[in-house]
Amino acid sequence: MNSPLFRGRNALRLSGLLIGVGFGFLLQRAGVTQYENLVGQLLLEKWIVVKVMLSAVLVGMVGMRLVVPADSLPGPKNSPRLGSTVIGGLVFGAGFALLGYCPGTAAGAMGQGSMDALIGGLGMVLGGWLYALSSPWLEKQVLETGSFGSQTVHGLFGWTDPWRAVSLVAVCVLLLFLLLEIFGM
Amino acid sequence: MMRLLSAFLAITAVLVIYGLAQSPQGETLWTASRWSPYVCGILIGLLNTLALALVGDKLGASSRYTTAAGYVHRALCGSRDCELDYFEEHPPKIGWGLMLIIGVILGAFLSARLSGDFEFELLPEMFAAAFGDAEALRIITALLGGAVMSFGARMAGGCTSGHGLSGTSLLNLSSWVALLCFFIGGMLVAFMLY
Repeated sequence: MNSPLFRGRNALRLSGLLIGVGFGFLLQRAGVTQYENLVGQLLLEKWIVVKVMLSAVLVGMVGMRLVVPADSLPGPKNSPRLGSTVIGGLVFGAGFALLGYCPGTAAGAMGQGSMDALIGGLGMVLGGWLYALSSPWLEKQVLETGSFGSQTVHGLFGWTDPWRAVSLVAVCVLLLFLLLEIFGM
Repeated sequence: MMRLLSAFLAITAVLVIYGLAQSPQGETLWTASRWSPYVCGILIGLLNTLALALVGDKLGASSRYTTAAGYVHRALCGSRDCELDYFEEHPPKIGWGLMLIIGVILGAFLSARLSGDFEFELLPEMFAAAFGDAEALRIITALLGGAVMSFGARMAGGCTSGHGLSGTSLLNLSSWVALLCFFIGGMLVAFMLY
């Protein structure tokens, strides 16, 4: 949080609000705040979600690395462990399929009038509270297992140049998009 | 920094003005129901980049619901001393992140209103088609799904925005693994339901 333009908590909050408005607008416009598109993606019938997410990653991968010096790029918080990431990821996915919205798109769905997203939001608050209650025990017993070996994608391959990883991801994503368009998905 | 911001504002101004041009059916870019997913994704990526450049933060969502839980917990505790370790380590605050989520709600509202997509709806069509007019069932799946999802997000340290959009863009390995697991878990349950 070291930008000269946004000192002061209210300027910070305003910038969050404005960027959020843009984010929410785009999510709704793309159609990813719609239950049918989200669950449809999980059923591999509708591919709007993947198209939106990976397009954002393509741009973000390059953009983020250009606007910030390499050594101040945020890494993962709190040294994630393999156990917590995998188990948490699977649990998240299960809840995601049940609710039909993810935390971000649920907020967007609330904005477009989806009452079930609002109820989902209440559920999410409840889930967060339950996690806060159980986390000391949970973290010790279950989550502190396994390690990633590398924090970064390029580290996994033993590359020192992150741009090689950017290129790899970009090629894979563009290939996927090509396939999706060829097969009309 | 000023150049980046000015460029961003200039591009936005151009888009807004361009978008007001009407098609033969009287529809403008701003009232069109759907934009290309690729275009939306590109713009979201730009927003994420802007966020990092301007405030050093990134798009994310799941922790904000836990922040709300923190406020609720404190309200329920009142004057008694029942602070949870978790909320001591992660004190709830009305910061950039919470404002982001509020913005998302407003931005989606704006988009839906402009395109005529806004509609109060409890039962998505797909759900009703499979399970009938089961409003109680929808409420239960939404509550339970939300709780499970939020719990999983805290275990994994993020959601499809925090890990799936931001962490992946930063090439954090844990985010790519998380995203993969989100999809595997989601696909399993989705195929069970439908």
